[in-house]
Amino acid sequence: METILTDRSPLGMHESMLLTRAYEEKLAELFAAGNFPMTCSSQGQEASAVGVVRALGPDDQILTNHRSAGHLIARGADPGRMIAEVMGKATGYCGGKSGTLHISVKELGVMLTSTIVGGELSLATGVALSKKMLKQPGIVACFFGDGAACEGIFHESLNLASVWNLPILYVCENNQWQAFVHRRETMVTDHLSPRAASYGIASTTVDGNDANAVLKSALAAVEQIRQTGQPYLLETYTYRQKGHISFDDQAHVDPSELAHWLALDPLTRMEQHLRETAGFTTSQLAALRTKAQERIDAALEFARQSPYPDPSALTTDVYA
Amino acid sequence: MPQITVEQAIGQALIEEMQRDPRVLIFGEGVATTQPHLVQQFGAERVRNTPLAEAIIAGTAVGAAATGLRPVIDMLFAPFLAYAMDAIVNSAGKLRYMSGGQFAFPLVVLAKTGAGWGVGAQHTHNLEAWFVHSPGLKVVMPSTAADFKGLLKSAIRDDNPVLFFNDMTLGYHAGEVDEGEAALIPLGKAVVARPGRDVTLVSYAKGVHACWQAAEMLAARRIEAELIDLRTLKPLDEETVLTSVRKTGRLVVVHEAGPLCGVGSEIAALVAEKAFSVLKAPIRRVTSPDVPTPSSHALERAFLPQAPAVVAAVRSLFD
Repeated sequence: METILTDRSPLGMHESMLLTRAYEEKLAELFAAGNFPMTCSSQGQEASAVGVVRALGPDDQILTNHRSAGHLIARGADPGRMIAEVMGKATGYCGGKSGTLHISVKELGVMLTSTIVGGELSLATGVALSKKMLKQPGIVACFFGDGAACEGIFHESLNLASVWNLPILYVCENNQWQAFVHRRETMVTDHLSPRAASYGIASTTVDGNDANAVLKSALAAVEQIRQTGQPYLLETYTYRQKGHISFDDQAHVDPSELAHWLALDPLTRMEQHLRETAGFTTSQLAALRTKAQERIDAALEFARQSPYPDPSALTTDVYA
Repeated sequence: MPQITVEQAIGQALIEEMQRDPRVLIFGEGVATTQPHLVQQFGAERVRNTPLAEAIIAGTAVGAAATGLRPVIDMLFAPFLAYAMDAIVNSAGKLRYMSGGQFAFPLVVLAKTGAGWGVGAQHTHNLEAWFVHSPGLKVVMPSTAADFKGLLKSAIRDDNPVLFFNDMTLGYHAGEVDEGEAALIPLGKAVVARPGRDVTLVSYAKGVHACWQAAEMLAARRIEAELIDLRTLKPLDEETVLTSVRKTGRLVVVHEAGPLCGVGSEIAALVAEKAFSVLKAPIRRVTSPDVPTPSSHALERAFLPQAPAVVAAVRSLFD
């Protein structure tokens, strides 16, 4: 039984970010050691994920993409079942049939995913249409990146959502990188949120490395969507600290840019916030990090102990 | 039983299924404009015009299907599906499997196909094999008014994504058609349209009508052709094909799509693999050539597989 997490306290969000970081660091470590699948890391984007996801309620639904660890963990997904999925084990959320790239957890409202960049934007309108026509409570949050915002489907999706009054929170995680290409090479502007105005959609850009700021902006956006039934575009301005995929050594990354963004690391900033506003000590903060790492160690152990799917699963789940 | 046209049969199927199930809705470019009676009967929520944007039409249908609605989308001309491939192939066809069975995608994609209207290759392209080749999808391509109605009703009730191809030139073709539940025809079942002992003709959509003509021409020469109308291309009714070939020992496959990796290739492979020993002659295919569909009427006629070509192919098996 899955439990949807809604803890919006700074500590609650911090714990989720720590867990996400520990999860992704562990997966990177395992890949580097060999014999482990490649993954797409969202390291550096933890605040964007938790700030938005925790602004949602249990009835809201999420569509995500290939950089989804933060979204899943913030919503309450079990890292053990996530790692099992990455490893192709039967206990994974999708029975080992997704792998790392498209983990969905219907029980948590983490619905359809697509790793075809922008694919999730094409599906979000339909999910929101169901909510509206079947008179189900809640809204739909759709996560995508600046790369997806350069796909034609971004424009088609926003336009239709606006014309049909669909309750969608579009979350553009502008992480500055589009696979192996820097955003500067593919866009002449720095921000995506101004594009929303072309479709009559409200938008804002928020510091995506400040979980408290993201939460505040997301709560306001969600409330506006609930009130108006209209879509909203929230741009979280953030940075992908790691390469496109495990083997990307980031040789093409400008070291000064990387250093700039590492100094704005969302976990360090939340620790600073917890020190200043709640009196957390260095040792307390270190203990939280250790606790997250221990959870991931246990998750990995669960995944390792899990069986692979029976070969008969090869041909199941093709048709309903 | 009343006689109605294919176009009327499609309309009846939509109305009956929308009456039966409030989760069924239809949208696409001009759907509401061209079918005001549907808007009148079912309301603007369930009968929607869309922007000229095939990718989001298809994507919206896929997302809606996964979350409780049962959309029918009208993509107009089959080549427009090229813009919608990601949602149909990568999402609708794969995400059930990739999610470990968490989602189902009950949706129907309507698309017009078939040469004969002189509209050229970007409005006419028999690309059904693209979808037959894609896992997780079903593909329907009927030839008679009764099948159009019965199969569309079944497609709307099916819990999987169904591509439903409508040969434009069959629109005014009329036939006897049942109403309500009696009209239902199951997906995945071919039909022996004409029994015969000497040769098996396998076809679908407009090709079936060329085969009917050919069968009559052959009968005059004392060759009795058995005509199988596949109706559904995926799942393919292998047994009906094999049973017939085991009886006749000869096979000619006829379709309007090009020859390379087409449905005809699959039927030929099926028979070669499972009934080779009964074959009295080589398997033959009669298809259009591997060229874009021409727009000139003269070239279009040359492009289409016609009855004389079917007859010639059959006669070559008896030389």
